[in-house]
Amino acid sequence: MTTVTVETWQEHTQRLARGIRRRVLDFTIRNNGGYLSQACSSAEILATLYGKIMKIGESQAPLIPLPFPGTPSKNNPSYFTGAAYNGPKAPDLDRFFISPVHCALALYALLVELGRMAPEGLDMFNQDGGTVEMIGAEHSPGHEIMAGSLGQALSQVIGIALARRLKGHTGRNWVFMSDGEFQIGQTWEAVETLVFYRLDTVGVYIDANGQSADGEIQSVMNIEPLAERLKAFGARVYEVNGHDVEALAAPAQEDPDGRPLFVIARTNPCQGIPMLEERRPKLHYVRFKNEAERERYREFLNTLQEN
Amino acid sequence: MIVESRVHARKLVEWAKDKPNVVVFSADLTSSTEIDLFRDTYPDRFYSFGMTEQNMMSVAGGMAREGYFPFLHTFAVFLYRRALDQLTISVAYPNLPVKIFGFLPGITTPGGATHQAIDDIAILRAIPNLTVIETGDVTEVESVFEAVHTVPGPVYVRQLRGEIPRLFDPSEPMIIGKGRILSRGEDIALFSSGICTEEALRATQILQSKGLSISHLHVSTHKPFNAQEVVEMASQVRYGVITMENHTVIGGLGSAVAEALAEAGIGKKLIRIGLQDTFAHGGSRPYLMKYYGIDAMTLIRRVEQLIGKTFHITEQDLQEVRLEPVHSEYKAEAL
Repeated sequence: MTTVTVETWQEHTQRLARGIRRRVLDFTIRNNGGYLSQACSSAEILATLYGKIMKIGESQAPLIPLPFPGTPSKNNPSYFTGAAYNGPKAPDLDRFFISPVHCALALYALLVELGRMAPEGLDMFNQDGGTVEMIGAEHSPGHEIMAGSLGQALSQVIGIALARRLKGHTGRNWVFMSDGEFQIGQTWEAVETLVFYRLDTVGVYIDANGQSADGEIQSVMNIEPLAERLKAFGARVYEVNGHDVEALAAPAQEDPDGRPLFVIARTNPCQGIPMLEERRPKLHYVRFKNEAERERYREFLNTLQEN
Repeated sequence: MIVESRVHARKLVEWAKDKPNVVVFSADLTSSTEIDLFRDTYPDRFYSFGMTEQNMMSVAGGMAREGYFPFLHTFAVFLYRRALDQLTISVAYPNLPVKIFGFLPGITTPGGATHQAIDDIAILRAIPNLTVIETGDVTEVESVFEAVHTVPGPVYVRQLRGEIPRLFDPSEPMIIGKGRILSRGEDIALFSSGICTEEALRATQILQSKGLSISHLHVSTHKPFNAQEVVEMASQVRYGVITMENHTVIGGLGSAVAEALAEAGIGKKLIRIGLQDTFAHGGSRPYLMKYYGIDAMTLIRRVEQLIGKTFHITEQDLQEVRLEPVHSEYKAEAL
């Protein structure tokens, strides 16, 4: 008699998250540098969005990412965005928008885990002439809009959500944001606009890892108390453990009530790779100090290998 | 001269009647940018953003991605200064059909340096994908909506409000990329834009009556700049070229003409009338035009300087000039 073990969504999502960390760590070691801490903090958030929350269809994009098509212009008919990796656009389907595109590597790793992009796609990361860019642009896999100038994505999604409401779409619009973006004035302009126009089709997941480029956020510019500030603006706010997939998924299951949804996911930028703790408070970009350190990470990676 | 008021307000409502995908965005300056009539007529297509210009610009990009045509309205300075990064990345990079109406060009406002858009053309001309337009009279303000709507990408319009003269025949609408030939001559070539064209016409009428032969082109498309028509005119004159703009002389019409002449290898003398690398301050339009030297008398002085002759024209002479709408050669050429 054979036993068939069916993977629960929780197990599946956790496996996706482990895959993000493993692939990004592997890349960081080979590349001798990378946005590693962002992958550690965001892994479960991104995995839960793709694995549980979002209603999206099969990828419409090639498994091997296409080369750089040139920038958009009236003279460039071959231009494309990376949105097709998130499935077709349809009135009843959700849309995904990544705002801190410095996290692009984590998203690419997830697309590989999901079978939406071939593993070879990750090898094209930051390679000249490619679209799998270090700081994602709208032609990069999984990306739909220009977000690298932080704080602009949420407002752009407001425009998309207003348009979709006019067209009677029922699909929701999910935005992945970083906590550092709540230092930015435009972010708060966007929050007041979301509330003013009662855009409850917009849901924002914030990777609150407490880090921005200079180091610990609270030493750079205060953003707290983030939940109270968002609530004061009129948003619907949940604060959850950002590494707990069930806690992450729960707020998205609530029926929309007219308020935009903000989920503050409290995360650890060293989650899953404990030796990263030694590098605090500078975690924005990890570059190994010497070959010995790199070897320690390589040994750690070997313990993570999964079938 | 015929002067009309609230042309933008009336014409936008009329033009947008059968265009349900045209939406109007406002940044707390609804009456000041003449979109109050649109708001009252089509409330479902009017979006208030308050003073969130950066946010409003990015929202426009998002909405344009979904097949709508956002027409943004506020004072120009808040669009190209405050929201420049958003204009560049959320709108211009993706080449989205967002139409940006910036009011109070140059010294047309007593609002002072904070409200005067003196360097918008210079800054926006440098942004890829962006079309840059400036209106100079009622006919252009009336016809700019249809003109920019035919452009499949983003457009910035340096727009006029309030009381505006009609300089051009109403049967000759604005055509993107096409200047208006107001006169042809052999002595000097004059290129003017925006409100400077009315001012220039006062001067050229008198100068022509004194026997000077002037080629005069009104330029309303700053980008894509039609270098060919500029070169064609400039290459045929005896003394040289003068540009006249309600803008800093760095990066605007004067610079565009200089680039065109240099690239064509035409070594004509060039005099650029405009703000001479200075900020302005609050005051009436006539006072500011005189103070900063972008008025008809300044043009006469520069012409005299260029040709080495004095015409003895007085302010009184200028005041007696009567302007009527001109039929340019433009219509025949456009067909």
